[in-house]
Amino acid sequence: MGHSHESSPYCEAVIRKFTLAAVVWGILGFLVGDFIAWQLAFPILNLDLEWTTFGRLRPVHTTTVIFAFGGNVLMATSLYVVQRTCRATLFGGEQLGAVLFWGYNLFLALALGSYALGYTQAQEYAEPEWALDLLLLVVWVIYLAIFSGTLLKRREPHIYVANWFFLSMILTVALLHLGNNLAIPVSLTKSYPLFGGVQNAMTQWWYGHNAVGFFLTAGFLGIMYYFVPKRAERPVYSYRLSIVHFWALIFLYIWAGPHHLHYTALPDWAQTLGMTFSVMLWMPSWGGMLNGLMTLSGAWDKLRTDPVIRFMVTSVAFYGISTFEGPLMAIRSVNALSHYTDWGIGHVHSGALGWVAFISFGAIYFMVPKLWGKSEMYSLRLVGIHFWIATIGIVLYITAMWISGIMQGLMWRAYDSYGFLEYSFVETVKAMHPYYVIRAIGGALFLTGGLVMAYNVARTIFGADAARVAAPQPSPVG
Amino acid sequence: MSLFKHHARIETNALLLTVGIVVTVSVGGLVEVAPLFSIESTIERVEGVRPYSPLEQAGRDIYLREGCYNCHSQMIRPFKDEAERYGHYSLAAESKYDHPFQWGSKRTGPDLARVGGKYASDWHVRHMIDPRSVVPGSVMPGYPHLTRPLDYGDIGTRLKVLRQVGVPYDDAQIEGAAHDLEEQALADPNGAPPPVVARYPKARLGRAVESPENGPVTEMDALVAYLQVLGTMVDFTQVDPALIRR
Repeated sequence: MGHSHESSPYCEAVIRKFTLAAVVWGILGFLVGDFIAWQLAFPILNLDLEWTTFGRLRPVHTTTVIFAFGGNVLMATSLYVVQRTCRATLFGGEQLGAVLFWGYNLFLALALGSYALGYTQAQEYAEPEWALDLLLLVVWVIYLAIFSGTLLKRREPHIYVANWFFLSMILTVALLHLGNNLAIPVSLTKSYPLFGGVQNAMTQWWYGHNAVGFFLTAGFLGIMYYFVPKRAERPVYSYRLSIVHFWALIFLYIWAGPHHLHYTALPDWAQTLGMTFSVMLWMPSWGGMLNGLMTLSGAWDKLRTDPVIRFMVTSVAFYGISTFEGPLMAIRSVNALSHYTDWGIGHVHSGALGWVAFISFGAIYFMVPKLWGKSEMYSLRLVGIHFWIATIGIVLYITAMWISGIMQGLMWRAYDSYGFLEYSFVETVKAMHPYYVIRAIGGALFLTGGLVMAYNVARTIFGADAARVAAPQPSPVG
Repeated sequence: MSLFKHHARIETNALLLTVGIVVTVSVGGLVEVAPLFSIESTIERVEGVRPYSPLEQAGRDIYLREGCYNCHSQMIRPFKDEAERYGHYSLAAESKYDHPFQWGSKRTGPDLARVGGKYASDWHVRHMIDPRSVVPGSVMPGYPHLTRPLDYGDIGTRLKVLRQVGVPYDDAQIEGAAHDLEEQALADPNGAPPPVVARYPKARLGRAVESPENGPVTEMDALVAYLQVLGTMVDFTQVDPALIRR
């Protein structure tokens, strides 16, 4: 990382590291995801090896995309934003930043390796065993210290709205991680969780849903609130809406976990609370979407001219789509059909690919030239190509999963004219095959887009340096 | 509006903002999680649910290790089609000794909550080694590596830790864990029931393969013993429906 340019008043070497790591992890995560998508279409790809079965690789995929790609994006952007909006250098400086970077990425590498070897807590999105959980806890406390330490030394009286979201993400993820990983070790690589059965289920989905709500939503809304206004060169549409949006969102999200447990042995009162709050959550979600979209007021022409803005605006639109679909699927009678099917997988990916990844790509394309002292990306044309390849990939993915999910749900409950179940289970599996192929093609397109981005980023970093002298430093926003 | 004016106080004070966030996000979790530990009706009172035998628990740990939960649920919902396909809807009581729970969230394969007794053990072995040899069209991975010997050196420690998290194993069960494990796996299913059955009623006896060569207990034996007990502990012909109504 010999590219630091002395003129920047901020710690940027660490942000460059996080940004590069995000690009690399992203591609790896998309690659594993697409591989396991092909496994479902052609099971021979499980290779009859214990390390490469779907059961072991699916957590590798989810952890790589959520915590490795998403996590490195969050750390890059939050530390980029907090310095500029506070007009302060990072608390702990480059040194503590480097500890955070290597600590977090060491945790990721160990966790991913351990799943392939079969060490897992077997709780979705909380698979790392107890020793790795402790490592993550230490790393996360360092993250909190750096972020809030920087807030405390700010030279701006007000804390900018993006930082509210980042702070709520860091604090809530700490609570969730602690609450859901209470366990007693048997050995270094094996433990049993403190809670069992129904209490374990409720705690797990309190964690699992809010990993979505805070890690993948609140944190990425923080990205939206800084990078959309910066790139559009327009102020945030409504300050009041952002206040209402923020508090309503973080209050309501926490309640929504039980919608993952509809019609299970979780007591009805908890299911009803989960459904009710999930439906209410629609409102602050769309409040946030409107605040993001309306920020483009007077600058809509940039959608035509600037592919980076196109990524950001499309991501906010996908945020709107998936936060409408989510409450819909949280209604018990809809959930009766959608639960356990690919509809859930499609829903998650419209949020993960459309919202989380697209806003991340937008932020990466915004930050990379600035971090490496260039005026713009090597090729905006390639950004545009990335956009269209990835968008077509997402559309193939989610439409295939809508069809296969709804079809499988209907086939499971279909009766013939004699009053018998019409389909055996494996018949419903066979019916999924064409959609699994289409989904995997969609995933391959999304991966291809990621490779285009990596090439563009590399050319930007190593390309001609003319802009470095000419480009003015980004001025902090207040 | 004054509400928005007051907000300035929060957004100019990092500590106030932190406290505000922590309080706001704590409410929902507390209201939804805490009562589950104290409301008595949360877990139905039914007879028959017992801790897993050492062999079953070892098999369960393999089920966890292989990530079976990524494709199989263990939670039958109270719908007509699910009752006909899988059996009686699942009770909270049936997973009360499950650390962690394995209700799952996706059915790429069928629900397994009541798979116990549905197929011969030999079928499970063939299916695990080469799924498409018995279920054409299945997309399940093969698990030929499960035929290797089971490592159960720490099975006593495992039961002890499970007791610490609330599973009611007694001292004799913990001390005799390895012995019980071997006894269950190596017993003759057609002979007189060995003592392990008294400690763990309905435990499935014998090797998973019908005529095994004399060899060590395998991971397959353990996994199949676990699968064969799933959903069989409660005898629903003896349960008063009023007691489990939701």
